[in-house]
Amino acid sequence: MSIAVLPARRPHAADGRPVARLARRPGARRRRRRATLAFALLAGPNVLLLLVFVYRPLVESLYLSTLQWNLGSPVARFIGLGNYREWFTSPETAGVLVTTGVFTAATVGGALVMGLGLALLLDRRLVGRGVARTVAFAPYVLSGFAVGILWLFIFDPRYGLMSTVLGWFGAASPQWYTDPPWPLVMVVVVYLWKHVGYVALIYLAGLQSIPQDLRDAAALDGASPARTLRSVVLPLLTPTTFFLLVTMMLSSLQSFDLIQAMTQGGPLGSTTTLMYQIYEEGFVNGRAGYASAGATVLFVLLLVVTAVQLRFVERKVHYA
Amino acid sequence: MVAATVVLGAPLLWMLLASLKDRDELYRLPLQWLPQQADLANYLQAAQTVPLGRLLANSIALTLVGSGLKVVLGLCCAYALVFLDVPLRRAVFVLVLATLMIPPQITIIPNYTLVADLGWLNTYQGILVPGLASAFGTFLFRQHFLSLPRSVVEAAELDGAGHWRTLWRVVVPMSVPTLAAVALVSVVTEWNDYLWPFLVVDDAEKMTLPVGLTLLQNIDGMTNWGVLLAATVVVTLPILLVFLLLQRRLVAGLTAGAVTG
Repeated sequence: MSIAVLPARRPHAADGRPVARLARRPGARRRRRRATLAFALLAGPNVLLLLVFVYRPLVESLYLSTLQWNLGSPVARFIGLGNYREWFTSPETAGVLVTTGVFTAATVGGALVMGLGLALLLDRRLVGRGVARTVAFAPYVLSGFAVGILWLFIFDPRYGLMSTVLGWFGAASPQWYTDPPWPLVMVVVVYLWKHVGYVALIYLAGLQSIPQDLRDAAALDGASPARTLRSVVLPLLTPTTFFLLVTMMLSSLQSFDLIQAMTQGGPLGSTTTLMYQIYEEGFVNGRAGYASAGATVLFVLLLVVTAVQLRFVERKVHYA
Repeated sequence: MVAATVVLGAPLLWMLLASLKDRDELYRLPLQWLPQQADLANYLQAAQTVPLGRLLANSIALTLVGSGLKVVLGLCCAYALVFLDVPLRRAVFVLVLATLMIPPQITIIPNYTLVADLGWLNTYQGILVPGLASAFGTFLFRQHFLSLPRSVVEAAELDGAGHWRTLWRVVVPMSVPTLAAVALVSVVTEWNDYLWPFLVVDDAEKMTLPVGLTLLQNIDGMTNWGVLLAATVVVTLPILLVFLLLQRRLVAGLTAGAVTG
C-alpha cells in the first residue's frame, strides 16, 4: 500500500512548553525518565518489528545481490556486481523490461482515463449513483488471486462470457491463454477492472472540491462541456492526477497476484514483469542472489517514482 | 452510468451464478445466465478436495489476530510519537515513515530466509509476524492524534492516569472513525494477502483461503471450473459483505492516502 506523504511538520511548535523550563521543575527528571520508559514500551514493539522485518531485509537484500547463492544452499560465493552484470546483459532482460513498461503504461494510463470518465459520470446527480459507486469500488477490495481465477474463466476462449460478448459484436475470441500478446492484454483488462473504481473515487473527491461557480462561469461564457473539462476541470485536477499516477505506478510495478493466478508469467515469458521475474528467479529457480539483484533494480525504480512524488508534494503543498 | 455499472458488476454476478451450475450447464452454448437449479454440489466437491472449512477458519483467525495486533501496535506507537516528549522522537518518526517507501517485495527473500531459519515455515507465526509492523496505521493514527486537543491528555495526566490508561480511556474513544478505518483496511489486506503466505506455507492445514485456491487450481492439471468458482466465492464473499456493510469507513481508510496528501 502506498501513501502520499505530507511534508514534515514540527509536532508541538504551538505547544508553548519549552523542554528547558520543564527540566528545572522539581521531579522533572523523574517524569522524564518515566516518559522515556513509556516511549520505549509503547513505540518499541512496532519499531523493533520494522527494524527486523523491513530494514534488516533491505540491507541484507543488497548484500545477497552480491552473492552467487541458491535459496537454502549452505554455500555462497561473493561475486561483487556479477549478478547485476548478468541481469543487464541477459537476453531475457529486454523482454522483461518491455513487458513491465507496457503493463505499467497500459494499467496506469487506462485506469486514469477510465477512472476519470467514471468519476465524471458519478459526479452528475443521477439516480442510482450510490449503487454505481459501490459496484465500481467493490473489485478493489477483493483478493487479487481470486479475481484472477474468476476472470480466467470469463476469458475461456470457447465457453467464457467474454467470447459470447465479443460474439455480439461479430468478433471471434482471441486465444487469450496461449497467443501473445493476448495473455498480457487479458491481465491488463483485469487489472483495470479491479482498480478503476478506486481511481474514480479519488477523482470524484477531486471533482467535488472544485467550486461549482467555476464551471458555471465557464458555461456562461459559452464554453462547451468538453471545453470546460479541458480548460477548467482538468487543470484543477492536476494534483489528483499526479497523486494517482504515482500510487498507481507503485502498485502496478509491484503487482503479483493477478499474474500468478492467470498466466504465471507465460506463455514464453510474455507476461513476466520485473516483479514476477524476481519471484520466479528466487523461488522457482532458487537463484536467490540473482533475484536479489533484480529486487534492487525494482527498488531503485520505485524509489525514483517516490522521490518525484516527494518533490512535487513539497512544492505544491497548498493543493493538499 | 447504467451501462458502466452493468459492465463492472457482471463478472461478480457471473461468478456467483456459475458456481451454482453443474458441469453440463457450464459448457453449454449459448451461455445462460441463470442456473437451471441452484446446486451446491460444486461447494461440496470443493470442500472434499481441499479442507475448505479449515482454510476458512485459518483465514478468519489470522485476519482477526493480525489486524487486531496491527491496530494495537499502530495505536501505541502513534501515541508515543505524539504525546511523549523524548529526545529521539523525530528520528523514530522518520524511521517509521520511511518504511512506507520500502516495497515489501525487496524484503521477501531475506525475510523468507529468516523465517525458515527460525523454523517458522508452515506455521501461523510465520505468516503473521513479518507483516505485523504497521507504518500505515501509525501514520494515520499520528495524523489524527495531532488534531486532538492536548489539554484533554494533560488533564488525564494531572488526574494521575498513566499513559496506558490515558491511551485507552481518553485517546481511543476520541479516535473511533480513524480506528475503524485502519482496522478495516488491515482486515482487507490480511484477508487478501497472497504472496507471503503462499511462500511460507505448503501444508494445506495451515493455508489461508487465497492460497488454498492455488491447490484447487493445480489439481489434475485440469480445471474444474464449477469447483474452482465455488471456492472463489468463498474467498471473496466475506470481504464483499464487510465492504457492503461498512462501506463508508472502509473507503475512507483505503483512500486516506489521497486525503492526507
